[in-house]
Amino acid sequence: MTPLLLAALLVVQDTTSIDRGVRIGIVYRPGVRPGLVMLPRAGMGLDSVRAIVGRDLDYSDRFEIITLPAGDSIRLAGTSSSTRSTATRRSTGTGTGGAQSSSALNYPLYQALGADFALDVTAAGDTTVFTLHDIAASGIRRTVRARLPRAGDASFRMAVHRLADQALQAALGAPGIAATRVLFVRDGKVYRIDQDGADQQLVSSTDRQAMSPAWGADGQHFAYMEFQAGKGWLYLQEMATGKRTAVPTTGTALDFTPAFSPDGQTLAFSRATEEGTDLYTINLKNSCCLRRLTVGRFSDNLSPTFSPDGQRIAFVSTRPGLPQIYVMAADGTDQQLFAPFDYGVTGASNAPEWSPDGQSVAFHRDVAGTLQVFVLDVRTRTVRQLTSVGRNEDPTWAPDSRHLAFVSDRSGYRQLWIIDLETGRIRPLLQQSGERLPAWSPRLSEASSSTP
Amino acid sequence: MKSVSLFLALGLGAAIVAASSCGGKKPAQTAPTPNADSAAAADRARQDSIDAANRAAQDEAERVRRQREADSLAALSRASEDVRNTLAAMIHFDLDKSNVRSDDMGSLDQKVAILQANPDLRIRIGGHCDERGSDEYNLALGNRRAQSAKQYLVSHGIDAGRIETQSFGEERPLVDGHDESAWSQNRRAEFEVVSGGDNLHRP
Repeated sequence: MTPLLLAALLVVQDTTSIDRGVRIGIVYRPGVRPGLVMLPRAGMGLDSVRAIVGRDLDYSDRFEIITLPAGDSIRLAGTSSSTRSTATRRSTGTGTGGAQSSSALNYPLYQALGADFALDVTAAGDTTVFTLHDIAASGIRRTVRARLPRAGDASFRMAVHRLADQALQAALGAPGIAATRVLFVRDGKVYRIDQDGADQQLVSSTDRQAMSPAWGADGQHFAYMEFQAGKGWLYLQEMATGKRTAVPTTGTALDFTPAFSPDGQTLAFSRATEEGTDLYTINLKNSCCLRRLTVGRFSDNLSPTFSPDGQRIAFVSTRPGLPQIYVMAADGTDQQLFAPFDYGVTGASNAPEWSPDGQSVAFHRDVAGTLQVFVLDVRTRTVRQLTSVGRNEDPTWAPDSRHLAFVSDRSGYRQLWIIDLETGRIRPLLQQSGERLPAWSPRLSEASSSTP
Repeated sequence: MKSVSLFLALGLGAAIVAASSCGGKKPAQTAPTPNADSAAAADRARQDSIDAANRAAQDEAERVRRQREADSLAALSRASEDVRNTLAAMIHFDLDKSNVRSDDMGSLDQKVAILQANPDLRIRIGGHCDERGSDEYNLALGNRRAQSAKQYLVSHGIDAGRIETQSFGEERPLVDGHDESAWSQNRRAEFEVVSGGDNLHRP
């Protein structure tokens, strides 16, 4: 009875709210993204911080970003400074001052604009203050203070991205993907780029042709393949120092498609020999114990990807003729078909990557002579096609398991794109051509993103 | 060839210098007042001209000998070149396939014969793919193609130890193009000499 009564009350409340011309908060609009407004602050500096954070929150695809019509015509602060104690109680700021000036907004105005949240970025001395307002509650949800590196400093952008993720966490209770990077290959070199398309840097160090970069789960190092004279070497490289070491036993054959286990102790990879291509693992911690997981003989097995619990490995096998997506236990037992296909009808399927939440495996499949990105639902073992415009390949998951970066020629030349599976929104990661084999990082902690 | 002609030119030059030097002395030596000195000079001149003639003859013989040698070397290297070209002839594959096509079996049979006629010859087979497939899978497919070509040679009696294989995936296209013509040319196996290919005999 009580829940019913409550529901009835809520409905009444909704109706009256709508009658008063006031918009309703997120909890009453399932399926609709909350509105977020970035408060303009003329003449206070921090324009670049505001721009980076605004774009990060936009690229999270979790908010309707509301652009204010001519900022100066809107009264930013309310007439009274009656900040509710219930709101300030939740503030997690470590200092005092700075927040008070922005604590009282003209909440009804922003509510009328459709905002559920307002983010205010201000400076207090050398401290940058993020204040997240909960419009429906007419109060401050959270205040975050941070001493940012100077703009232009190598660690500046990543520090700002981290603040954007804190704002998103405060608003929605979910971790963001602003503080992440993508590795990719262009002209045989490995590059890294921030998820917003900024700060592109060369990370591979030799003239040999590089392929197949793969992140370690801690985001502090990566593996990749170097290709020369028909042989493939696997290397591990520390992101911060650029120091690299050859993977034990590599260099005798063609080793490719490295993949770290989630605990970082094992590297799975493909090795092509006279017997064909098979999957192996090696213990990175003790630099030992090469272990063969598949014995293909007349089929090839390649492109391993670990489930996030480390228990299973999805991979490509040509045992049905054309390459298709298979799965096995991480010790090589219990090999079986993973992504269903129609024999003689379905095209080649390749490049699987297990999502960080464990629920999906993204891959690409030949559809009428063109590659398209697909997602396999691990539980139901059903696949759905995500793309259909142009050639789309080599998908890689963002740590939120809802964004994928992939290579597409939809604009006329091959470049990296990002799709949000929830909204279907697609954006180019960078406006250059020739990129391939992207690998999206895990969330990068302070330690993992430092630059020498 | 260049060094041979240079040698010939030097030889001819030396002969001309020798001839002109005796020609310059002769008028003085035919003067009507013979004496001991002039008789000795005449003898010397006669001997010089005989020596010069002998040298010229020797030079000519040497030139002919060298020319014959060069001709036969050229013939040999031409034959070797033909064999090498036959050996290097590429074979091609169907889309996503690694089996040897029937129209390439003749080409592989010729390579078998060459390998049999040149027991010291060792070769390397490189497998290649077109850009249509997946970048990473193409490394495995290129490996299969090279293995498939090798297997054909081995099954026709060639020692497997004489044949190395490599995969280049789609990383070394022969033709830069994005149509079936380019793709079909890029789906190939290449054959190169590793060692023992300096002087190849015809089968």
